[in-house]
Amino acid sequence: MASTPTAMQSPVAAREWRRFTSAQRLARFAVYLVMTAAIVASLQTIEIIPEFLADAPEQVVDLLSRMWPVDWAHYPGTVHEALVETLNIASLGTLLALVLALPVGILAAHNLVPSTPINLLAKLVLVSSRSVNSLVWALLFVGIFGPGPLAGTLAIAFRSIGFVGKLCGEALEEAHAGPIEALTAAGASWTSRLTFGYWPQVKPAFWSIALFRWDINVRESAVLGLVGAGGIGMALDAALNLFQWDRVAVILIAIFAVVVIAEVVVTQLRKRVI
Amino acid sequence: MLTLQHLSKSYVAGVPVLQDVNLDIAARGITAIIGPSGTGKSTLIRCINRLIEPTQGAILFDGTDVARLSGAGLRHARRHIGMVFQEYNLVERLTVMENLLSGRLGYVSAWRAWRRKFPPADIRRAFELLDVVGLTGFANQRADALSGGQRQRVGIARAVMQEPKLLLADEPTSSLDPKTSVEIMQLLADIARSREIPVLINMHDVELAKRFADRVVGMSGGRIVFDGPPGDLDDGKLKVIYGGEGWLH
Repeated sequence: MASTPTAMQSPVAAREWRRFTSAQRLARFAVYLVMTAAIVASLQTIEIIPEFLADAPEQVVDLLSRMWPVDWAHYPGTVHEALVETLNIASLGTLLALVLALPVGILAAHNLVPSTPINLLAKLVLVSSRSVNSLVWALLFVGIFGPGPLAGTLAIAFRSIGFVGKLCGEALEEAHAGPIEALTAAGASWTSRLTFGYWPQVKPAFWSIALFRWDINVRESAVLGLVGAGGIGMALDAALNLFQWDRVAVILIAIFAVVVIAEVVVTQLRKRVI
Repeated sequence: MLTLQHLSKSYVAGVPVLQDVNLDIAARGITAIIGPSGTGKSTLIRCINRLIEPTQGAILFDGTDVARLSGAGLRHARRHIGMVFQEYNLVERLTVMENLLSGRLGYVSAWRAWRRKFPPADIRRAFELLDVVGLTGFANQRADALSGGQRQRVGIARAVMQEPKLLLADEPTSSLDPKTSVEIMQLLADIARSREIPVLINMHDVELAKRFADRVVGMSGGRIVFDGPPGDLDDGKLKVIYGGEGWLH
């Protein structure tokens, strides 16, 4: 290509195109370097013990053999009851979260509440709720109300406020301004604009968020029992502590089944609301 | 009916979009505001019902200065000013009937509106207006199922639901095809005449303005540079409003 015909050597042909500027190339190289360093550093921190790693397949086979045959007889009494309790914790917790999260979500939406300090305060509440894991909330409520499903329900609710409130607030902020402008022009009050202008626009998002959170909460409430906050996790904890692996197996299968069913139900319902 | 005095608006301090606009709108008739894009037509019309806050000046509407109102006073003034929008601004997921009834939100409490408990008289008038705008039988259709022309008819009906003393229209036909544009303008003109409501319309289509307006106001650079009957709007005047002349022929 070095011997390009002279006719082609016009100023247009001489122009060169590059995807990245040299500063961008340098930045990209730096990002790769940092990523590699981070992976190396984390591998060193987790301290893999080679003997245990080599031993793992054997241990898995051992565990599975202890789980077999599954103790199905254990299901009808304790496990079933605990499973229903888990679903109740998830559902009640989600419901409570929806009630508590909506006002906070509204306060976080700048187009509805045009006051930056209030928006920031509401966002702080939402972030606090989300930054604490369900298990930590559960530990807190077990300390206050004692062990049992009440602590679990509140843990689920308080963890969900942040999630639901954040997503609802964002849905409100993304609502089309046009219809709201029209209602304002007709002399509608703030409340009327909320119920007649915003709510129809965010309704599908709201129900979709609620269903999604319920789905997550079914999974989360299954482990809350590990810290004494009720539900099937308590049964799992008991079986684990007593090394009743055949019972552990039936509990794990029950959790798996209920999570799959919840997923299917939510997917079907979401199709209808959207 | 409406008098604008020394109305000015700057979004950025020192860069006025509207400069000392003075305008008198009579109690009836159609006034079209024409002018190049970005000259403040939309801002002017939105200042009248305070969707945009004017920087300076008075908006005398029915004896009160709308520019000085706030809270419930402003909402009560807005109830008497209907507005039609370029993008229709319907609540898409509500039905045609609900969109019409939303024109009554200034009168009905939020709680009653939420339960759709509107006064029977409002519902009766909504049905009558659907007949007027040619959407008989569309009451329970969702707004997002309608065509552009049909949506604008709903938008007009919603504005008239307010029983307004003044109707504002911001580029009501700019999103529509030429045939539908004429139909919508005809509808607006019919309503303005039969109900004796003065109408103030922003438009960019000069021919449409000449055809339907009783009075044309030309704006350029945030100022009124022409004000008179459509018959006076010759090439010389259009040159003053839009600048240049190559486009005229």
